[in-house]
Amino acid sequence: MFEKIKKLIEKAGWPRIIIGLFLLSLFFIAPFVGIKVSTSISDTIVRFAMNAVLVLSLVPMVQSGCGLNFGMQLGVIAGLIGAITSIELGITGLAGFLVAIVIAIPFAAILGFLYGLLLNRVKGDEMVVATYVGFSSVAFMSMMWLLLPYKSPNMIWGYGGEGLRTTISVEGYWLGVLNDFLSIKVGNFFFPTGTIIFFGLMALIIWIFFKTKLGTAMTAAGSNPVYARAAGVNVDRMRVLSVVISTIVAAIGILVYEQSFGFIQLYMAPLLMAFPAVAALLLGGASVSKASMGNVIVGTFLFQGILTMTPSVMNNIIKSDMSEVIRIIVSNGMIVYALTRRMKVRT
Amino acid sequence: MDEKNYLLRMEGINKDFFGNQVLKDVTLRVAKGEIVGLVGENGAGKSTLMNILFGLPVIHQTGGYQGKIYLEDKEVNFASPFEAIEAGIGMVHQEFILIPGFTATENILLNRESTKYNIFVEVFGERLKTLNRQEMHKRAVSAIEKLEVQLNPDMVVSEMPVGHRQFTEIAREMDRKSTKLLVLDEPTAVLTESEAETMLKAARKLANLGLSIIFISHRLSEVLAISDRLIILRDGQVVRELESSRTTPREVASLMVGREIKEGLSKKSKEFEKSEIVLEIKDLWVDMPGEQVNGVDLQVRKGEILGIGGLAGQGKLGIANGIMGLFPAEGEVVYRDEKLPLNNPVRVLGKGIAFVSEDRRGVGLLLDEPIDLNIVFTAMQIQGRFIKKLMGGLIKWRDDKEIARVAREYVDSLQIKCVSEKQNAKELSGGNQQKICLAKAFVLEPDLLFVSEPTRGIDVGAKSVVLETLKRQNREHGTTIVMTSSELEELRSICDRIAIVSEGKIVGILPPTADPADFGLLMLGEQEEVKASV
Amino acid sequence: MKDQSLTRAKSPLARFVISNAVPILFIVLLIFAIPLSGFSTDYLINEIITRLGRNSFLVISLLIPVMAGMGLNFGIVLGAMAGQIGLIFMLDWGVVGIPGILLAMLIGTPIAILLGLLAGTILNRAKGREMVTSMILGFFINGIYQLTILYGMGSLIPITSNKILLPRGYGVRNALDLISVRKVLDNMWSINISNISIPLGVFSIIIGLCIFVYWFTKTKLGQDMRAVGQDMQVAATAGINVDRTRTLSIIISTVLACFGQIIFLQNIGTINTYNSHDQVGTFAIAALLIGGASVVKATIPNVFIGITLFHLTFIVAPRAGKELLGQAQIGEFFRVFVSYGIIAISLALYAWRRQVEKETERRQAKAAIKAAIEDKAEG
Repeated sequence: MFEKIKKLIEKAGWPRIIIGLFLLSLFFIAPFVGIKVSTSISDTIVRFAMNAVLVLSLVPMVQSGCGLNFGMQLGVIAGLIGAITSIELGITGLAGFLVAIVIAIPFAAILGFLYGLLLNRVKGDEMVVATYVGFSSVAFMSMMWLLLPYKSPNMIWGYGGEGLRTTISVEGYWLGVLNDFLSIKVGNFFFPTGTIIFFGLMALIIWIFFKTKLGTAMTAAGSNPVYARAAGVNVDRMRVLSVVISTIVAAIGILVYEQSFGFIQLYMAPLLMAFPAVAALLLGGASVSKASMGNVIVGTFLFQGILTMTPSVMNNIIKSDMSEVIRIIVSNGMIVYALTRRMKVRT
Repeated sequence: MDEKNYLLRMEGINKDFFGNQVLKDVTLRVAKGEIVGLVGENGAGKSTLMNILFGLPVIHQTGGYQGKIYLEDKEVNFASPFEAIEAGIGMVHQEFILIPGFTATENILLNRESTKYNIFVEVFGERLKTLNRQEMHKRAVSAIEKLEVQLNPDMVVSEMPVGHRQFTEIAREMDRKSTKLLVLDEPTAVLTESEAETMLKAARKLANLGLSIIFISHRLSEVLAISDRLIILRDGQVVRELESSRTTPREVASLMVGREIKEGLSKKSKEFEKSEIVLEIKDLWVDMPGEQVNGVDLQVRKGEILGIGGLAGQGKLGIANGIMGLFPAEGEVVYRDEKLPLNNPVRVLGKGIAFVSEDRRGVGLLLDEPIDLNIVFTAMQIQGRFIKKLMGGLIKWRDDKEIARVAREYVDSLQIKCVSEKQNAKELSGGNQQKICLAKAFVLEPDLLFVSEPTRGIDVGAKSVVLETLKRQNREHGTTIVMTSSELEELRSICDRIAIVSEGKIVGILPPTADPADFGLLMLGEQEEVKASV
Repeated sequence: MKDQSLTRAKSPLARFVISNAVPILFIVLLIFAIPLSGFSTDYLINEIITRLGRNSFLVISLLIPVMAGMGLNFGIVLGAMAGQIGLIFMLDWGVVGIPGILLAMLIGTPIAILLGLLAGTILNRAKGREMVTSMILGFFINGIYQLTILYGMGSLIPITSNKILLPRGYGVRNALDLISVRKVLDNMWSINISNISIPLGVFSIIIGLCIFVYWFTKTKLGQDMRAVGQDMQVAATAGINVDRTRTLSIIISTVLACFGQIIFLQNIGTINTYNSHDQVGTFAIAALLIGGASVVKATIPNVFIGITLFHLTFIVAPRAGKELLGQAQIGEFFRVFVSYGIIAISLALYAWRRQVEKETERRQAKAAIKAAIEDKAEG
């Protein structure tokens, strides 16, 4: 019995158990400090659904050996281009959302391809280079948002200002197109069925991909590049492909996020977008070199659960909003923990 | 010589690694000012003996050793290399242990720099003493002078020719006033001929100054020329001590290789003399670090098992790795009258040539993936097998059922010990991992199979299974096998012909029935001696 | 690590241009941007002198970890936070002027040492990934810092001044006025030469620091750090305690950054309690890189050239942007882009070059062996 528990703990990993227990205790305390558990659970699920695709987008790069994609902002940017172009065209409803995706994908593919080529040249230093590529691309696009000739009055500054607004509402376009699809509403409880289904589909596609010949080759390239090469796999090509896929999924992920959140955030808003997603994946038990669908689901749920529950419980106990601080500590603490874990070294 | 005059005595040394006896009652004595040559095949126990002398952690972690070591008649047992160095034993390694961006002086005095006091030392401690560059220069020059070589103390190591780096290493040992005994481990392996000569002269000069030297080298002529006495190790035992002046290369080589194999020698070599040539290697150069191939010519005949032997680091492993495209190669390789593209693993694999790498964990396996995937991966990628085409071939779905089935077959036939075929490769023992590598190659149904070091680091039982399996593959499937191994005995037991590699070239091809001494001479680069005798 | 690919270029001019490509690029950029901006020379010189005084200390704090082979220490934000904590206590206790600055440093130092020790220990567990780890560690400690300042101060940690605390009774206000120590170092021995004021006090501190760093490289510890920086294994074989040496380099860097942040803030005159330290690492590193430094080599001239070029770009870019495109905001984003972009490019180039070098090294080794064998064959 004791052995079994020990094994279970080993398998799950301490950080996950601690965070899981912490989350459980929050759900337990919640009713005593006057929080409706149904609302909390509902909030957690909504946030899970809106973030899960972004977390999913990290998996292909981890699997191919490119490490944690701290340059996720590139995909986010492609998604943003899709979003505002779709609004500029004035298409509403599900069609508008799909058009945004269709426009975003080629941008994401091109950016991802170039980004992949770059990462192949900096093997071993992918993560730090990716971070700054992500940062600088956000700054670069900030200039572009000012300059690009978008005209829709819903998106540009009202009086005298030039360029796009910092936040653009998607209300009246495709707010909640996925969230509200087949959604379930019981009192305070809301279940975003459409978004969950959409995430399920995306996850299924990725899962299927890794069951194919190509996907297997990609896993091998990440697991042991020398082995893969000896078996005739072009490792560099696999890596580029994984980056392209990651970037495209990230572009779709931000659109899913926006339809739920209700706003498109431009300029410096996407700057730190990669970190919470990376933290969630790691929390789910992924490592720098291995990630699965299970990691994505468990991690996103735990991470978003903490982010939803802590502030509401804390607010009611100490009457102060600690959510931001908690987010910073949990997400970055998790990443530091993962980076310092002993990795197999290959030369 | 009287016992009292010995500087170092290692008496009755025994050592085993997890029950595997690697040294048996070894005695090594070195007198003051004497150069003792230590000769033996790879795995004869030379490095273990030196590791014991230096008190390497690996020795202590594996249960220490039996026997006694006396330095100047005082018993010693070093807990770490630092203690050994403290006591006056210096080591010059085959790979340079130098800081590339530092000058010769800085390297010679690394962590033993001359320093000057300043006030900050009172607050922050000894490490804030300033360096005394003048004094350091003086010390470096005097250390270099002892060697009587040309070496600019201010030259940065990364800009030095290889020979000068070696001198820097030795000068570092010379700077230690306490150094009484110097261990030179293959000091000439990377040097040019003239550099090697200078090196040997320097060593002789140091011995004349009263320094004792243990000289380890695979260049037999060198060892014979420089050492006063030779100690020959074989299978962890001292087989003979010889006065260098009173022996011949042939005697040394035969002692080193030694054993007569009583039975099981492969004797069908004649059959293949007329069979067709499947693989012809012409002037092959392979750029594999530590196993450089410098222009190999070799022919492989259909249906034979060709052995490639030689000492470690001489380039025998580079041949297969180069042909398989794992390391940059140049030259011409013709397979069945067709030129093989070099540096292109896909094309080579596509021709029905398979490879079992010597680097099991690095190249041979996906350690974090299950056994079945490990076995079929190459076949899936190269031959498109184990795939179900869905949606008109748009999706190439992995056929996990078939993969598992085939994997189970190999698990049974090769007696791979595992919980199931879904177990991760890293959880298996070395022998079972090796069997997975073999299965991976057999699944490809190759016509030509390269196998490198198939029995390295695996236990006796697994060894015989592996060799049996190879023989069976050769007999039953007609697979031509090129097997590279450091173990001559093993080569002689299953190969039809054995090519010996020395310094990156094939120095001779012998039948397995040839005189062991001839093999030894070839390995030690004394091919003239062989020709003279044959 | 010697940069061989650079030294191999043929003409000395080409070599100079290649190895100083980044600073030259920025000089060219400025040659166009300065006239566009329309700033007067006096104004620019004054600005640059102020900014040199303000930033040099922080940028210099990056040099020692580079020497120890740990790359660019994004973790100097840890030191900056320690400095800010020092300043908060100084304000609370009401110490003013130079003694106030000294007190802030005195309080900041032990905190910086502890944080440096923590960072060093963590980075030793992440060898080969020091930069990304130190960056994320900075974010993480920022969380702890905010937790301490926002919830701990005034409740657990005794801070009483209601000028510092939020009205609710605990937690520190968003912005703190440093009027009591504002420019005390800058005004110390300040002299004016034809409209240009030179803060000799600050400059002498910086020169002192430069001398310290130079002297430090001549010490045994400095030599050990260089050895560890080039090859950890060889250094360990020679008996140098590699981990300890690396940790020391991070501690020194963190403590210097703590002082640097105090000097920086006394010049600015206010603390943004929750943001002042955010960009310290990025800006210092970008400045150093623009000055021509790399991940493995950074010198004192790199520091001053870098600060001058980086801050000239900073001052000039918004104006030039406005003149050119009619929007000052473009310039704002441009400078952010430059800071991030230059770090991205430098890191990528460094990693790339390392790959190329490995390749060339191998090819050379092979050619040498081939030549030696041919010699033998002929001789």
